[in-house]
Amino acid sequence: MTSAMTIEKPWQRWLLRLTLFIAMMILVVPGAWVVMTAFRPNVEVMARPPIWIPQQWTLNNFLAIFGFLPDRQQGLPVPSYFINSLVISLTSTFVAILVGMMGGYAFARYRFKGKGALFLSFMLSRTVPGVALSLPLFILWSKIGLIDTKFGLILVYMAINIPFTIWLTDGFFRQIPADLSEAAQIDGCTRWQAFWKVEFPLARSGLASAGIFAFLTAWNEFALASQLTRTTASKTMPVGLMDFTAQFTVDWTGMSAMAVLIIIPALILTFIVQKHLIAGLTFGGVKG
Amino acid sequence: MAEVHLSKIVKRYGSLEVVHGIDLEVAHNEFVVLVGPSGCGKSTTLRMIAGLEEISDGELRIGDRVVNALPPRSRNISMVFQSYALYPHMTVRENLGFGLKISGMTPEDIKPRVEEAAGILGLEPFMERLPANLSGGQRQRVAMGRAIVRHPDVFLFDEPLSNLDAKLRGQMRVEIKKLHQRVKTTVIYVTHDQVEAMTLADRIVIMRDGYVEQVGTPTEVFERPVNTFVAGFIGSPPMNQLDGVVANGAAKLNDGTLVPLPEDIAATLFDGQKVVVGFRPDAFAPKGHSLHVEDRSIEVALPVIISEPLGTETIIFTEFGGKEVQAKMLDPRPLEDGETLTFTLDLERLHVFDGESGKSLRA
Repeated sequence: MTSAMTIEKPWQRWLLRLTLFIAMMILVVPGAWVVMTAFRPNVEVMARPPIWIPQQWTLNNFLAIFGFLPDRQQGLPVPSYFINSLVISLTSTFVAILVGMMGGYAFARYRFKGKGALFLSFMLSRTVPGVALSLPLFILWSKIGLIDTKFGLILVYMAINIPFTIWLTDGFFRQIPADLSEAAQIDGCTRWQAFWKVEFPLARSGLASAGIFAFLTAWNEFALASQLTRTTASKTMPVGLMDFTAQFTVDWTGMSAMAVLIIIPALILTFIVQKHLIAGLTFGGVKG
Repeated sequence: MAEVHLSKIVKRYGSLEVVHGIDLEVAHNEFVVLVGPSGCGKSTTLRMIAGLEEISDGELRIGDRVVNALPPRSRNISMVFQSYALYPHMTVRENLGFGLKISGMTPEDIKPRVEEAAGILGLEPFMERLPANLSGGQRQRVAMGRAIVRHPDVFLFDEPLSNLDAKLRGQMRVEIKKLHQRVKTTVIYVTHDQVEAMTLADRIVIMRDGYVEQVGTPTEVFERPVNTFVAGFIGSPPMNQLDGVVANGAAKLNDGTLVPLPEDIAATLFDGQKVVVGFRPDAFAPKGHSLHVEDRSIEVALPVIISEPLGTETIIFTEFGGKEVQAKMLDPRPLEDGETLTFTLDLERLHVFDGESGKSLRA
């Protein structure tokens, strides 16, 4: 096995590097292009042949979308979009994690009627493409007055994220032996204390990853948000990207600058939470 | 003071009853071992005592309190799990002190208690380590330390040694015994290993299929098993059991051999009654290699099928009464397979069971 996996000949090594390079290009280039476009002047965007690395780095695109360059275009309500995105994503993630954690715990620890069917139906709800929900959601939300409200979007993202969070956390709680909670209860804990003092700290890494998934789903979602929002009262950052398209033109540099603004908080959050994604903490507590 | 009284304890899962009305009295400071094959209900019984399983019927008292409805934390018990169940995110010190911390003790009060327990179990060098960085035996000790640190009324052990290798298991068995001598407390210990049961227990409770088969001291259950199940379960190698039919005060085995039965027992039997004749391997030995008085024995010549030399003794497998039986040869000499030996069967240590019910016929 090891000999088959060891790459001995130089041409094999080069082939591997080339393959990896092509794969990385496919993965990275669109993102890199967006980031670079955010920092290049508009003339470079449409240049033929394309200019890959910006020859002139500029922050004008960012200044423009905040309205600091009145000669270029009208500023956009980016702070509103940003706050909307943040409020909607954080709230829906918080609720999804709270409810999902309790649900996942229940699925992992308790026996009840219809457990299998319920779990399966949660999974099946994930198979429905989000866009397919947009029309029914739109009709429903407009009837009950949730169009263009943050609450309306929060509700949608909760509905999307809770089943997935339950599914993820169920797996994490399953990995924690039930003995630990029992030992804690014998040591004097109530069931609730046993959960908070023993099982929760052990599931923290799992909950952190579930949280990232839920946050990014809400933060990046476009299709439903574009249907259900209208104004700065609820428009999120991804929907705000559409502000850069006019009837005949698209402001690519402005759009890219906005995209960078969308990426940054997600990136920061992922880095913060990454610390908690330490696997293997549960090993060693039981058995040898 | 903490006696434990189980009175008609029943466990049901839906319509399935797994423990059928167990009665048991455990005295203060007594070491009682529940033993039996898997699925006999011993762990379920222990978990009911711990409060981890609901008691479907019957009454459980610890000390003078009925604890049926009390959660585990209110029973003043501690438990050592088969898996140890150490908290992986806490150091040894935190693991030991966790129960005390939960009970609201101050760090100043916790420290001496934790250190006392660590001292008893030799855990001082590992106090700041996480469980992941301990060996199996060390984890086992931490689990025991966590149990003793709280000064509980009752210790519960759920197969605590079954994850250890044979050598360590032997060592830990001795440590548990020493611990009990030192920290006098009522102990209820579950195992499927009859050697552990024999060596540790003041009294053994042998269970099968949710029923208690026999309760007694190790000597009692070994010397006077109440039925063929207990006879076969306790003792290693197990008791030989041969089917026979009563004929003129003797048991006629399947191969026609007549084994004279003790007179007091024979007097209660009728000819043609089915019996099971039981004898332990050490009551059946090659002539000149036994402990028993050989004039109270019968002699049979049998071929050696296989022999297992163990140093001070050799276990011989041979065929007798139509069945494979084991004999124990003391002060052994080298044997050859197929060699014919004269075996003596000690009639003083014969067990006779009813052929139908399996119950002991000893008066």
